[in-house]
Amino acid sequence: MSSPPNPLALIAELTHRCPLHCVYCSNPLELQARATELSTEDWSRVFREAAELGVLQVDFTGGEPLTRPDILDLVRTARLAGLYLNLITSGLPLDESRLDALVQAGLDHFQLSFQGAREDIGQEISGTKSHAHKLRVLDWLKHRRIALTLNFVIHRRNMDQLPEMLALAESSSASRVEFAHVQYYGWAFANRDCLLPTREQVTQSIDFLKAAQRRLEGRIRIEYVVPDYYARYPKPCMGGWGRKLMLITPNGDALPCHAAHVIPGLSFDNVKRRSLREVWESSDAFHKFRGESWMQEPCKSCDRRVQDFGGCRCQAFLLATDASATDPVCQFSSHRPKVDAILAAVNMPLAQASACTPASTDTAARSRASKPAWLYRPNPSGLAIASKKLPTL
Amino acid sequence: MSIEPSSKPRFAPGVRLGESQGQRVLLMPERALRLNGPSLEIVQRCDGKRTTQEIIIELQKLYSKADPHKVESDILGYLTLLQKERALDFE
Repeated sequence: MSSPPNPLALIAELTHRCPLHCVYCSNPLELQARATELSTEDWSRVFREAAELGVLQVDFTGGEPLTRPDILDLVRTARLAGLYLNLITSGLPLDESRLDALVQAGLDHFQLSFQGAREDIGQEISGTKSHAHKLRVLDWLKHRRIALTLNFVIHRRNMDQLPEMLALAESSSASRVEFAHVQYYGWAFANRDCLLPTREQVTQSIDFLKAAQRRLEGRIRIEYVVPDYYARYPKPCMGGWGRKLMLITPNGDALPCHAAHVIPGLSFDNVKRRSLREVWESSDAFHKFRGESWMQEPCKSCDRRVQDFGGCRCQAFLLATDASATDPVCQFSSHRPKVDAILAAVNMPLAQASACTPASTDTAARSRASKPAWLYRPNPSGLAIASKKLPTL
Repeated sequence: MSIEPSSKPRFAPGVRLGESQGQRVLLMPERALRLNGPSLEIVQRCDGKRTTQEIIIELQKLYSKADPHKVESDILGYLTLLQKERALDFE
């Protein structure tokens, strides 16, 4: 077999520790403990091997990457290796001098996450009071010459704040804003019934953001990730399995995507035992869904297979219990009725009145409504997750 | 959105030239553009000192066999693309 094209980006999950407990966290339900985290030296080697392999950019993420005490060393070694460095952070562990030290160490791009436009929703979603501090970080960033992206994860509970979120971005020094609908894996899958937006919300948000894109062209680039349950075709997940991206978990497991741990029978190589090139070229997990030979109908003979690569393997497993099935959000999938049934339940008039759907523009109405029974993501030490069952299909 | 001939393009924060496996690339937040001969000649001149007009004149000399009008419209098209990507600031 010929060797695959080289990966372009490395997602470095430096730790699963985090001061936030977001109900849609993309980390797996089974979080990795601090004691198992890769050392500074391990990561330094990974960065060098990544650059040699042709990787251009590395995303420092987590958990909260700033909880690593060696974060400045990691920034320096990634830059020294020749990588472009994106830091994806809650901003919570930052003060001004630490921010200066990060910029000084060579950080290229700062990506600050927001849970909403106000403290109330931020606290509900992240289980932490963090919004006020994020606003302080935004202010510090205004006085420094560094690229900034604001990242808003949007869902049923905060979509009515879209105009406020955009105004926040416009008042900041951001050149880029991401409005990313929750994707349903991990914690978000567990909390899906209270996160999925209504059809009306989705339509309104698309109209709003398209207009904003036109208005702000050349000033702020607006990226928009659609909720794929509402799409007719699947997303080209990760740009295709094992085609562009590689994710390293805190303990060094090399994954083709954030959620790959959910797929039964996949075995992952660890960067402590194999080089990044060996992992990329010959790891079972990367081979499994690379190319087209694994595809079934309707993907196998579909013209779109070169565009969307069959969609998301983890979603196929989660919704169709078959990781090599067509992504069930695809209109040609035999499992699409399951997705439609989930959407029907969300869009029922009755559901609008239930505890998890006070998507009202009226703040008073929202505060009167009771908070959903969220399953919060804990820190790696305490895994008290058995109290709520996962949503059934 | 149009580009003034007297404006001086320079890299926006977070944008820099890089190299990978012998290929020059323009690196920016969550994105990278591969640079061929002419695109590299253009971005290397986006230094905040040269005006757009000066860049056009320099490249018309460099590519003297090409139609100068075509060179100008190609450069303006590429600068507009980079502006949309938020890779350039114009001063």
